Amino acid sequence: MSEDILSRVRKVTVEELSVKEEEVLETSSFQDDLGADSLDVVELVMALEDEFGIEIPDDEVGEIKTVGAAVEYIEKKLPK
Amino acid sequence: MQFQDQVVVVTGASRGIGRSIAEAFAAEGAKVACVATTIEGASATAEAIGGVAFAADVSNQESVDALFEAVATQLGTPSVLVNNAGITRDTLLIRMKEEDWDRVIAVNLKGAFLCTKAVAKTMMKARYGRIINISSVVGQGGAAGQANYAAAKAGLFGLTKSVAKELGSRGITCNAVAPGFIETDMTSGLSEDFKQMVEKTAPIARLGTPADISPAVLFLASPNSGYITGQTITVDGGLTL
Repeated sequence: MSEDILSRVRKVTVEELSVKEEEVLETSSFQDDLGADSLDVVELVMALEDEFGIEIPDDEVGEIKTVGAAVEYIEKKLPK
Repeated sequence: MQFQDQVVVVTGASRGIGRSIAEAFAAEGAKVACVATTIEGASATAEAIGGVAFAADVSNQESVDALFEAVATQLGTPSVLVNNAGITRDTLLIRMKEEDWDRVIAVNLKGAFLCTKAVAKTMMKARYGRIINISSVVGQGGAAGQANYAAAKAGLFGLTKSVAKELGSRGITCNAVAPGFIETDMTSGLSEDFKQMVEKTAPIARLGTPADISPAVLFLASPNSGYITGQTITVDGGLTL
């Protein structure tokens, strides 16, 4: 797992969900652990799209449930 | 000064109801972004009320994005959006051209969608916002010769309620105002017979003026109206009762 992507995902998560950095672990679930509701998730996804210059289709948002899952998803999407 | 230093965006502000709304907000201390299709039209209102003029085509995504970027830079983050821009292309359905339909839906309905989308993100961040859509009694009751206009105005009710549901958890309300027959350039072509009918039928026996509409808009835009959302206030002198 890319450390660079992980730290950027954590940074975006801290900003979007107004949580403390130490709360945002690789295993943290955005909704269950970090208190995001469905609108927060959409905002987070849009912020990740901006941060990484990728497009995340609505039907793939479901794959991004945890911080780690977001990192894996982004790794897959970024041009190699 | 109920709206002191709040940034208020009013589309269709060059004339009629929009101009009156812009004026009323400015009188309450708001920093008003007066939006119109031409900078001349926008400036006429802005200069008169001490607002700032912006030209935009609300039916065009790029133009709307540029508009809200300019508003953010020059005035700050909007806390109130009034989707007032509207046009008519009246004719009976059987004579209505596809273009008459498309244009009216694009300005009156899609324009409200694009502008709402443009402010939604920053309002969500701010956990506060007031969005007011200017619809029409014609959206409730229909009107011969206005299938396009009535459909767009009815569409605004669906937009209003959906936005209310989506954004309520972020302190954002979205409501509609449905004017009846108001004396503006838009209604200046109505026949004398029609005007007399309004005067005979409505409990408040006169046509409305733009100044009759702005109080309802300011009420819905007030910080104290935060428990009212997805609603329509009909301001028609009781005509449609």
